[in-house]
Amino acid sequence: MTKVLAGTIDCDIHPAVPSLQALLPYLDDHWREMATTRGIDELNTISYPLNSPLSCRPDWKPAQGRPGSTLEAVQREALDGFGTSIAIANCLYGIQLFFSEDMAAAFARALNSWMAAEWLDKEPRLRASIVVPTQNPDMAVDEIERWAGDKRFVQVLMLVSGDRPLGKRANWPIYAAAERHGLAIGIHAGSNYHHPPTPVGWSTTHTEDYVNQAPAFQSQVSSLICEGVFNKFPHLKVVLLESGFTWLPAHLWRLTKFWRGLRMEIPWVDRAPSDIARSNIRLSLQPVDGPPDAAALNRLFEHMQSDEMLLFSTDYPHWQFDGTDAMPDGISPDLARRIMIDNPRATYARLSETVVMGTGA
Amino acid sequence: MSWHVIGLASDIPPGGRQLVTIRGRPIAVFNVNGEYFGLLNRCPHQGGPMCEGLLTGLVESAEPGKYSYSRKGEIIRCPWHGWEFDVRTGQSYCDPEKIRTRAYPVEIEDGKTVVEGPYVAEKIPVKVEESYIVVDV
Repeated sequence: MTKVLAGTIDCDIHPAVPSLQALLPYLDDHWREMATTRGIDELNTISYPLNSPLSCRPDWKPAQGRPGSTLEAVQREALDGFGTSIAIANCLYGIQLFFSEDMAAAFARALNSWMAAEWLDKEPRLRASIVVPTQNPDMAVDEIERWAGDKRFVQVLMLVSGDRPLGKRANWPIYAAAERHGLAIGIHAGSNYHHPPTPVGWSTTHTEDYVNQAPAFQSQVSSLICEGVFNKFPHLKVVLLESGFTWLPAHLWRLTKFWRGLRMEIPWVDRAPSDIARSNIRLSLQPVDGPPDAAALNRLFEHMQSDEMLLFSTDYPHWQFDGTDAMPDGISPDLARRIMIDNPRATYARLSETVVMGTGA
Repeated sequence: MSWHVIGLASDIPPGGRQLVTIRGRPIAVFNVNGEYFGLLNRCPHQGGPMCEGLLTGLVESAEPGKYSYSRKGEIIRCPWHGWEFDVRTGQSYCDPEKIRTRAYPVEIEDGKTVVEGPYVAEKIPVKVEESYIVVDV
């Protein structure tokens, strides 16, 4: 087993909103009343059904309530449990589902305020992603600007499946704001479920939905590169979260192959897509969807042609491995250190900045 | 290397191209506005017949959404997979240093010079009053 090193940065954990009640104090009067009088239920999606084994490791399952929904649990299980120095909280809550842009903006603001006050103010090892109302890019930018001064927010969080491919220019104000403030763009598995989460329609099972996140990520890699996001925002880092990573080399071979013959469609893409991916795209470690033996896994790392792309993650509290075996066996000590420490630091520039306590709101 | 006479200068009009075989090599000869260029008619990717591809221009971009079209008629796209090659040099667009097709020098010489040699005119009767396309192979 590859030991988790001191100073390791966990780039994907999921503190959970215990219930809508917890957000009510952070909504303004109008939306608090709307949430109550409309009888808005929990913003549950089919992404992580509570009783699915994937959604919570058995030893992290609380007697009651949602996994990872108390600070004590996250401290004990995600931080002390692995000895990580920093963990980045990516809160998965159904903000992206709303059809009302105003409601999405109000709830995103409440969620980020709750994150700052209930988590970041109380635990110095935590950092977080700004959850934005992707329904309206201008409103998303407003939310980024609201928190950009708070260096504990290191990333802007989006979901892999939404209303349009992420490379589209309508989204560019979000990327401009992120680049301007030194924030990464995190794209997490999940959907607003306005459309089928697979490219072939609605599937029957949770298994299919989860496994088929990979083609959604592939589509977004194509979109971001082909639309020229990294030509326009060359310093932007996009981090694929809970995406798996073994599909990446094959997808980049395919994208680069067809770019060679079709690049006149996208003349701004003036170097091979595989090169662009290596400079601007990063991926979280868990779930490791690789071959079971170390030799084959190392061949895959060779195919990636970069030791800078993977970022350590536990994906807490999702059940991707047991014990503290977040790192697969057989990784060279040099690559292991890069994955756990160097690559996260290089990707999230804000981690190296002085942390200023207090909310940005 | 030796210069081979492949035909009259007027055989390939501006914008035209012609496939010739010289010493067993298939060579595509292009007339780009009065300048002549020769490329091995075999795409370095998988051997596609380059001469049969679309003769086009170079599309470049200063930023996403901006298209600039230049060098009309100087880029040949392999008919098999669309890879672009510079007719002047044989270099590919996608990987110009590593992927290129062989380029052959092409000149226009008047008949008087051709008759004096050293030119190889295998099947072409040469008249002093005409101009000829000669390829160095």
